[in-house]
Amino acid sequence: MSNTFALTVTVNGTRYERSVEPRTLLSDFLRHDLGLTGTHVGCEHGVCGACSVLMDGQPIRSCLTFAVQAHGHEITTVEGLGTKEELHPIQQAFQEAHGLQCGFCTPGILTTVKAFLEQNPNPSEEEIREALSGNLCRCTGYQHIIEAVELAAEKMRG
Amino acid sequence: MDRKLIGKRVVRNEDPRLLTGHAQFVDDVHLPGMLHAAFLRSEYAHARLLKVDVSKARAHPGVVAVFTAEDMGKDWFPGPPLVSPPPTVKDVIFHSRRQVPLAKDKIRHAGEAIAVVIAESRYIAEDAVEEIEVEYEPLPVVLDLEQALQPDSPLVHDDLESNLAAWLSQKKGDYEAARRQADVIIKRRIVIERGAAAAMENRGIVAYWDAQSEHLTIWDTTQAPIPIRNGTAARLGLSEHQVRVIAPYIGGGFGPKIMMFYPEEMVIPWAAKKLNRPVKWIEDRRENFYATTQERGQIHEVEMALSRDGRVLGLKDDFLHDTGAYDPYGLTIPLNTQSHNMGGYDIRNYSSEFKVVFTNRIIATPVRGAGRPHGIFVIERMMDAAARELGMDPVELRKRNLIPPDAFPYEHQIIDQAFAPLILDSGNYKAVVDKALELIGYEKFLKEEQPRLRREGKYVGIGVVPFIETTGVGPYEGARVTVEASGKVNVTTGIGTQGQGHFTSFAQIVAEQLGVKVSDVRIVTGDTSEFHWGTGTFASRGAVVAGNAVHAAAKSVRQKVLKLASKVLEAPEEELELEDGMVRVADIPQKSISLGELAVLANPLRGAVEPGTEPGLESTSYYGPQYGATAFGTHAMILEVDPQTMMINIRRYVVAEDCGTVLNPLILEGQIHGGVSMGLGNAYYEKLHMDENGQLLNASFADYLLVSSTEMPRIEVAHLETPSPLNELGAKGVGEAGAIPVPALFAQALENAFHDRKLEVLEMPLSPNRLFELLNDVTQ
Repeated sequence: MSNTFALTVTVNGTRYERSVEPRTLLSDFLRHDLGLTGTHVGCEHGVCGACSVLMDGQPIRSCLTFAVQAHGHEITTVEGLGTKEELHPIQQAFQEAHGLQCGFCTPGILTTVKAFLEQNPNPSEEEIREALSGNLCRCTGYQHIIEAVELAAEKMRG
Repeated sequence: MDRKLIGKRVVRNEDPRLLTGHAQFVDDVHLPGMLHAAFLRSEYAHARLLKVDVSKARAHPGVVAVFTAEDMGKDWFPGPPLVSPPPTVKDVIFHSRRQVPLAKDKIRHAGEAIAVVIAESRYIAEDAVEEIEVEYEPLPVVLDLEQALQPDSPLVHDDLESNLAAWLSQKKGDYEAARRQADVIIKRRIVIERGAAAAMENRGIVAYWDAQSEHLTIWDTTQAPIPIRNGTAARLGLSEHQVRVIAPYIGGGFGPKIMMFYPEEMVIPWAAKKLNRPVKWIEDRRENFYATTQERGQIHEVEMALSRDGRVLGLKDDFLHDTGAYDPYGLTIPLNTQSHNMGGYDIRNYSSEFKVVFTNRIIATPVRGAGRPHGIFVIERMMDAAARELGMDPVELRKRNLIPPDAFPYEHQIIDQAFAPLILDSGNYKAVVDKALELIGYEKFLKEEQPRLRREGKYVGIGVVPFIETTGVGPYEGARVTVEASGKVNVTTGIGTQGQGHFTSFAQIVAEQLGVKVSDVRIVTGDTSEFHWGTGTFASRGAVVAGNAVHAAAKSVRQKVLKLASKVLEAPEEELELEDGMVRVADIPQKSISLGELAVLANPLRGAVEPGTEPGLESTSYYGPQYGATAFGTHAMILEVDPQTMMINIRRYVVAEDCGTVLNPLILEGQIHGGVSMGLGNAYYEKLHMDENGQLLNASFADYLLVSSTEMPRIEVAHLETPSPLNELGAKGVGEAGAIPVPALFAQALENAFHDRKLEVLEMPLSPNRLFELLNDVTQ
């Protein structure tokens, strides 16, 4: 238990050096060690997608990743998108299209969508549904989420 | 009424916090010195608990305490009954057996909590749980509702004569007489099995006892913070004012988060007080499948009596309802089923009795729909069976029996879940059905498209299902509206909120009255230190009951504003208008004062005050309905089934909805979309599979399938408005509506797709496998 690892990781542009147990999950590390509680944990077995964050720009399940695996990498969480005063275009689109209700799954969806739209700036509805199929939402029935992603793509294309 | 803000697609006030990760959920609470709890849960569904040895766990480094039922001493006693049995019904039987904080002597469902470990971290607490040694004596398991009532069945509660938890019978008119006059009698057996509510956020609780001020603060994922505060105070021998319960942002509720008290809600605050340290417990997903309440299990024996021309003369439905190991939630679910068995139809003769049955399963409490989908499934399946028997179009049969617009208020002569008379307050049902038919293109599909598709070898069916939803029940909710010196408005109410958009819809109601921006109205819900009267968020009642309390308080503040402004501006009240945060004399815009300045004048620091006046521009109001408002809707779908794989494709999905006055169509549509997705889960994906030992076989999201973005169709929603005469806003609830008709609709569309094979669906949920079996059965 006293066996710890010296972890260096960049999260939302800030470099952190922390000593962690090797078994510490990345989700717990972000939430409890760094206090970045925007990343949520819904299932802890990699299905619901609520805990999705970006590692070097690619979406990963932070509940299935050990913190030590992020050593030397760059992580982006929902806190790294926009601020309340200046929302990221994806966040704006989610507000305008009512793409969230309880908001618990939302941070994982936002990070997933960010990576998706960077790869595919002009997606079809079919492609959006496919891209979101690894993120469960119990509130919205997905329709407004899909409309939010369409709107976000439009905003980001400018 | 001409409205500026009510009924508009206003974007939500709460979104920026949620979208940036700054909204506080229970698991986000972090306190200095906080400990973490993990529970040991029973491996068996039914067993005697012979011995619990926690000595190794206690010695584990980092463990602060381990508690069993024995360790709780005189503080160990069952949770309170949440809902009492209805006093007004004759001969009702009700055996109240409530859940306990930690199991003692006997285990009654797999996952029941036996001991709690409290440690410096959750990782350590879970390690130490593994070191607790338990000796069980396994007992035969009670799962099947019918076998559970056999005289030789093992007993879930040894002190009862049988597993019968409750019995209740209600009658309207004379079913037997109707039966004698009938040309056609239809009989069916209908089985509905269990599913999970599966909110994305699991449950959690943080408790902090401040020994210096003797004050307990609890953050709880509850839909009912005020009852949790009052009940916790009673359990711990504290004044209600020594306990503050905060239900912050909640990651979805759907019913189970209003179950009170969960064992963890009894144990964690007690442990925090005993240890004098903050304690956090966060449920994991597996625990959620084993320890959070579920719903839906019922078996119905139904009989419908009809005349040859398609009038339903009477309905009889006797059913069994699975309450699980305990019955703290009383009869809410089966009473809802009984209240929805007649749907929106004018049925004069009705007889229904139900038996509530104890089983070795997790407690059943309401899940979105709360017994209503069962009632609608029953009546709608019977309607379809009757239409086939009579050789009549199923929509025509329904139309012949709908309650006509001039028959409201329509009294059913039975009681509902709130023990109030079941009265349908208002509606224009046929118009809603017609709207759905028009949108889906019913006639054209049947006459042209379906035959064409069938020729192409495609199995495509149509369904149309009308339904009622009783909503907005009592007892009451309250709200306090305050204009602050900044000119912004603060509103507090006691109900909890789990994503329904209350921060916006309530703000619209206030902004409408006070002429301020929606974004300048701050809503506080779910914090007992802010408002401590109310019951909670359930039964699609937030917008109706709390909404009308907010409306009444806002109107009262408006009166105070007008009175004071009239004095200050030296103009009669009727010449004043409230707009842009100002009070103005109409036609003389330069004669005006801001709400903020008025608020300051209403709360002076010095000077004399007229006797009898109250300070501030503030008012508190309550709203309690005599009985609930009833919404009506009709869903229609066109469903394609691949006859090889049984995979489905929903080509069209249409909803026509009349929930009275629409507060915010954007939020309303979101509620409906989400309800439909849960309903589709209940129809084709979500079934809790249990083995013969009472063990769940699919207790993970990898195995228990929630509907995802690739299964959901696009939904077209149309609104019709028949305002409820019961409240000033004219509102009816809609939170559960989306889920209610979906299983019945899905069954009808499937039967229509396979009409040439005479498929009949009398069970829910189905699955591709099960549909394959059913089709094989009818083919052979």
